[in-house]
Amino acid sequence: MARANAARLESPAVWALCAAPLLLIFYWGFTSQLTANPVEFVLRDLGLWGLRFLCLTLAVTLLAKYANLPWLMRYRRRIGLWAFAYVALHLTVYLGAAHEFDWAEIGADIAKRPYITIGMAAFALLIPLAVTSAAAVRRRMKPRSWRALHRLVYVIAIMGVAHYFLLVKADIRSPLLYAAIVATLLGARLVASARPRKARAAG
Amino acid sequence: AAPLKYSPNRMSIDENKTPLDDVTGYNNFYEFGTGKEDPAAYAKMMRSRPWTITVDGLCDRPGSVDIDELIRRFPLEERIYRMRCVEAWSMVIPWVGFPLASLIKSVGPKSSAKYVAFETLRDPRQMPGQRSAVIQWPYREGLRLDEAMNPLTLLAVGLYGQTLPNQNGAPIRLVVPWKYGFKGIKSIVRIRLTDRRPQTSWQMLAPGEYGFYGNVNPAVDHPRWSQAKERRIGEFFRRKTLPFNGYGEQVAHLYRGLDPRKLY
Repeated sequence: MARANAARLESPAVWALCAAPLLLIFYWGFTSQLTANPVEFVLRDLGLWGLRFLCLTLAVTLLAKYANLPWLMRYRRRIGLWAFAYVALHLTVYLGAAHEFDWAEIGADIAKRPYITIGMAAFALLIPLAVTSAAAVRRRMKPRSWRALHRLVYVIAIMGVAHYFLLVKADIRSPLLYAAIVATLLGARLVASARPRKARAAG
Repeated sequence: AAPLKYSPNRMSIDENKTPLDDVTGYNNFYEFGTGKEDPAAYAKMMRSRPWTITVDGLCDRPGSVDIDELIRRFPLEERIYRMRCVEAWSMVIPWVGFPLASLIKSVGPKSSAKYVAFETLRDPRQMPGQRSAVIQWPYREGLRLDEAMNPLTLLAVGLYGQTLPNQNGAPIRLVVPWKYGFKGIKSIVRIRLTDRRPQTSWQMLAPGEYGFYGNVNPAVDHPRWSQAKERRIGEFFRRKTLPFNGYGEQVAHLYRGLDPRKLY
């Protein structure tokens, strides 16, 4: 009975955890805690959460397989979609609040500044992943091509870190931390995928 | 903070002042961390009294002086100036201080002196940000002597009528309103007159992004963002950035004949 109740709470709990950073921004907004420069703060915060959720999405698969938490796989899609949501909101704040939809200025920004170019490209690559996350679309795709397409997330995570790295003025400690996290997550996959091949070769 | 005695000054601008909480709660002072709220959180670790400032180099009367003695020596003025950060945000700040020119004249600069070099305190026990080599400590800045002697150039010892809060560069800092904020070196311990262009911290760190002059110029982008507009703290829509931060009338003559694109 208790276990059934816990299972019923699991999904809303994951949902609430994913939404918490966004709700916190609203709470800080209503209580005037978004610093003296709210646009900049919200822009940074949403971008960081986009990157964090990308890392989480990558971590879910590994944790499910190697930390014996298979139930986590039920939420991989949701966590990935929240990553997309945070990145999309980050982009919206960049376009609307940071640049007031001044398209000439935004165009120049994309063309001139590598970190903006990379950020935009990363967002563009996320769109097909978000679209093909829909169960109806996924059903219509060959599992093989769906998996191949979703491997793009590795590239996107690297681009996210590069985007963060290039915008920082002097203190690269935080982008370095995310670079290390992404490197670990991707490295673990590489090791995991190399192992069975070796086993086969040995056998 | 203790109240200061000062007189108003005609070089003040008539624009809405940025609230004190924003001036003291949102700024860059990497000696206390690289976050905008780190200075307010950690600057209490610094002791800004007693404080000695050394003025030396190419002058007739080099020496060291206590900060309170120095403040007594020069009449204080209130200067309400625009402050434009290189990161494209800006404030309007009522500083209290005295012209840097008064101090330089008082030590008798030699005719060979062409530049002024400034240094911030270096003490990782009081300045936890200095425990990481984010930049090469101590923080260094410099001005050409004629820039230093311009009547706009201020040594600020107060803010909103009170002595400077630590996070804003207590007990004494430079204010050069036509230049980006990073030129306004804080918590100064040494001022040196020299015949060579001094090294400056941001130029040492990223010469492609920060020049010696650091003059506010909407036409010259920072490599990673445009400088054409700025967000005045407290306003939602951005304003156009003015050449020399709106102080062109007083300072443009200093740069005649120099390529303005080199003046970032």
